[in-house]
This record gives sequence, structure tokens and C-alpha cells, in this order.
Amino acid sequence: MMHWGSWSAFFSMGGYAFYVWFSFGITAVSLFIEVIALRNRRSEAIRLSRLLAQN
Amino acid sequence: MHINWFKYSSPQTFYPLAGKMIPWFYGLAVLFALAGLYVSFALAPTDFQQGEAYRIIFVHVPAAWMSMFIYIVMAGWAAFGLALNARLSAMMAQALAPTGAMFTFLALVTGSLWGKPMWGTWWVWDARLTSELILLFLYLGFIALQSAIDDPRRSDRAGAVLALVGVVNVPIIYFSVKWWNTLHQGSTISMTAAPKMVTIMLLGMLFMALAFWMYSIAVALVRVRCIILERERSTEWVKNLFGEEK
Repeated sequence: MMHWGSWSAFFSMGGYAFYVWFSFGITAVSLFIEVIALRNRRSEAIRLSRLLAQN
Repeated sequence: MHINWFKYSSPQTFYPLAGKMIPWFYGLAVLFALAGLYVSFALAPTDFQQGEAYRIIFVHVPAAWMSMFIYIVMAGWAAFGLALNARLSAMMAQALAPTGAMFTFLALVTGSLWGKPMWGTWWVWDARLTSELILLFLYLGFIALQSAIDDPRRSDRAGAVLALVGVVNVPIIYFSVKWWNTLHQGSTISMTAAPKMVTIMLLGMLFMALAFWMYSIAVALVRVRCIILERERSTEWVKNLFGEEK
């Protein structure tokens, strides 16, 4: 850590831990959910296309 | 090198091409995100006024940029689809909407999380915040309208008209901090003046914006491939694609 004295100083974000980590956290979670949702949509689309093609 | 772009304007030829591009854009997104997070947390100094809370800027501003940028690109594809009756263009517009809505939501939530410690309130009805909220409703309206109309050609046309009308909101968001007296601060970066911020902070925002940009391209390509399959399921080429692998 460049200018953080310790890991605990880093995690506490100068008293703004909740706001800073919530912001970065919700961003990461949203992107993750979108990727997973798309993965499910894709496998469903492939499953139906295959079903239609092979019958 | 001569590339025949029209060759890629049909869903059939674009489908495999998009598939090849996706891992590259995901890879670039991860690289830029790592660089952006490193700058945001390890290199960028503490702000003399806002302490560490200002670090929210590294997700808030790039998310807000993407929310507006994706809308303009989406409306552009929708217009192209409307004017040329191009299926793939309309599908691209449809593929961008959920990602644009997500970045708008993130801009609002991270803004709220920044507003609380700095302004003492989660929300105010000032011009910047209100116009960004309207942007979220425009995205949701576009998605709802498209899914409410069964006939794809009609739903593409209806969606395109809505997307185009909504474009007026984007300059309103962008200039709202100049036109009205807002609680929201003015632009950190102006296209005409020198940036009012430390270069390293600017670099962090730039890396995060690039990460979001590359990510958006990757997920939009994944989604447009889903839309292509869902819409063209009963065509010969999709049947040939999935019929062989028995």
C-alpha cells in the first residue's frame, strides 16, 4: 500500500468505509450478476435452438 | 486493407464474428479494471477537502459517463435500424439497453452514497440528479416497450422512436450543472478547459471508464448473440449451426 499506513487504515477509508466499499461493491456485484444472467440466457437460447434444429 | 462491412451486417455473418471478439473485450476490461483499481486505491492521494470519500469518483463518474454514452450509441443503432430497416442494428440497440440501464442505476446509487457523507442527504431533486433518473426511466421504458410488442419489426420501430425522442435528455444531463444552480458539483473534466484535478486522479477515472467501456462491448456482444438466436431460431442458418452437432 502506497500511502496507507496499514491494512486496517486501508479498510477503514478514513471513516468512510461504508460509502466507499458499498459503491465499489455494488458495482462489482452488478457486473457479476449481468455476466451470470447472460450466461443463463445464452445456454437457454442454445438449448432451444438445438431442440428446434434437431427435431 | 479493405473490409467489406456490409458482409458483417447480417446476423448470420455477425454471429460468429461477435463470438470471436468477446474474449478480447472481456480481457481488456479486466486489464483496465486492475490498472484503474490500482490507481484508485494505491496511487491516488487523499483529497484535501473530502478525505477518502472522494474515491467513490472512480466508479461514479465512469458509470455516469457510460450511462450517457451507451444511450447515444443505442439511439444511433436504433436510428440506423429505423432508417435502413436493418435487423442487426435494431438488435444492437436492444442489446445495449440493459447494460445502459445498469450503469445509470450505478451512477445514481454511487452518487447517493457519495451525497450522504458530503451533502448530508441521499437525494435531492436537483437538475443533474433528476435528469439522470429520467435517463433510467427512458432505458426501462425502451426495454418494456420492446418486450411488450410481439412482432419484432414493429417493436424495433416503436423502440427506435422512443430511443430517439429520449436523446434530448442526454445534453440536458450533461449541461444541467451549468444551466441550473445544482447541489451537484460542476464538471470535473471539461472539453474546453484544462482539467481541474490531479493527473493521477484523472488517470484512475480514465482507466475505470475504459474498463467499463470494454466490459459494455463484451456484454452487448454476448447479448446480441442471444437475441440473434432467439429471433432467428427457425431460420436455415441457425438450424444448420445446431443441427450438425448431434
